Amino acid sequence: MSEIALKELLYKMADDQLILGHRNSEWTGMGPLLEEDIAFSSMAQDKVGQSLALYTLLNQLGESDPDTIAFTRNANQFHNCVLVELPNQEYDFSLIRHFLFDTAEALRFEMLTHSSYAPLAQLATKIRGELRYHTLHANTWIKQLGSATPESIGRLQKSLDYAMPYALGIFEVSPYEDDLIKSGIFEGEEKLKAQWVTKVEAIIAQTSLHLPDWKLVQPLSGGRQGNHSEHLQPLLDEMSEVFKIDPTAEW
Amino acid sequence: MDEKILHILETVKDPEIPVLSLVDLGVITNVMVEGTNVVVTMTPTFVGCPAMNYMKSEVETALLQHGFEPRVEITFEKPWSSDLISEKGKAALKKYGLAPPPSNKIFTDLEILETAICPRCDGSNTEMKSPFGPTLCRALYYCHDCKEAFEQFKPL
Repeated sequence: MSEIALKELLYKMADDQLILGHRNSEWTGMGPLLEEDIAFSSMAQDKVGQSLALYTLLNQLGESDPDTIAFTRNANQFHNCVLVELPNQEYDFSLIRHFLFDTAEALRFEMLTHSSYAPLAQLATKIRGELRYHTLHANTWIKQLGSATPESIGRLQKSLDYAMPYALGIFEVSPYEDDLIKSGIFEGEEKLKAQWVTKVEAIIAQTSLHLPDWKLVQPLSGGRQGNHSEHLQPLLDEMSEVFKIDPTAEW
Repeated sequence: MDEKILHILETVKDPEIPVLSLVDLGVITNVMVEGTNVVVTMTPTFVGCPAMNYMKSEVETALLQHGFEPRVEITFEKPWSSDLISEKGKAALKKYGLAPPPSNKIFTDLEILETAICPRCDGSNTEMKSPFGPTLCRALYYCHDCKEAFEQFKPL
């Protein structure tokens, strides 16, 4: 088993969960209706908790403790895809991102239930069940608002077109991709992407929305290598504010 | 699992659902006793459950009070599922006003969430309002029979 390949995989997954969890938490108190406020807050809690469990696996492999990993790195040391760090903007964008990312995330953890690295397979089995509620939430709203009024359809379509290049950045291949596949740790980004395309097409087909021609969308990658947008560092500064004032603070 | 230890752990309740013991909730997955040394294995209901550390320390406190030297380990080796809630636990949930979860085995797709039995009037004319509620393990429903909102402990 290639430990460096495994660590790289765990880092990018944990960072995705932490950063999108933080973005989701920004809807707390701001949701367009109470149930949505609660939904995004709950998904934030799930994702941040899942990131902690993944950072704990890294800690067991000899990396620093989870708080240090989460709160003391700079943007260029994060491996999340750029999609998850983009500001929430309007609710339509948050919803489209939630749909595109969580569909991939649910499929990724589903795949990892068969990972040859047992601690990850066990955790993935657990997380898979939780994510069903996230994809249920996303699919319900995409189907409903994607077939409702000209305004809701127009807004979602605009956000879908904007988000798609970033969404393809989720599947940026790792420099250790072959190692991961050969050792049975993870079946690989290409396979995941193919499953994701099928799933996304199946949901969008039930709406008045349309998908771009996949061949014409240029993926916006780089996040996995630490090349981020200008939006990540301010997010990290806010997230780590208390930790940086007092690393021993408890709450 | 050791009866005497389980009896002690029966007194430790879920901090968010104080009628439900950790044993009935199904989060205690193993107990090993050697003299006064007790190793308790626990697993969280949801990975992000913020009550986990609190429950862990409550277990330690309860065992210390009975003269044991406890060690609590948290693992995902035997993951929690709502099917691990005991019949006694399900009855306690209903009495508390929370609809107990339907069996996870029939939970093959999420359509099952569309129906829940109202814990107050036993009505089945209910509607899911949101798969997310006041805690990670609860969903929001409305009962059209007795016209009251209620929560369901989610199947997982």
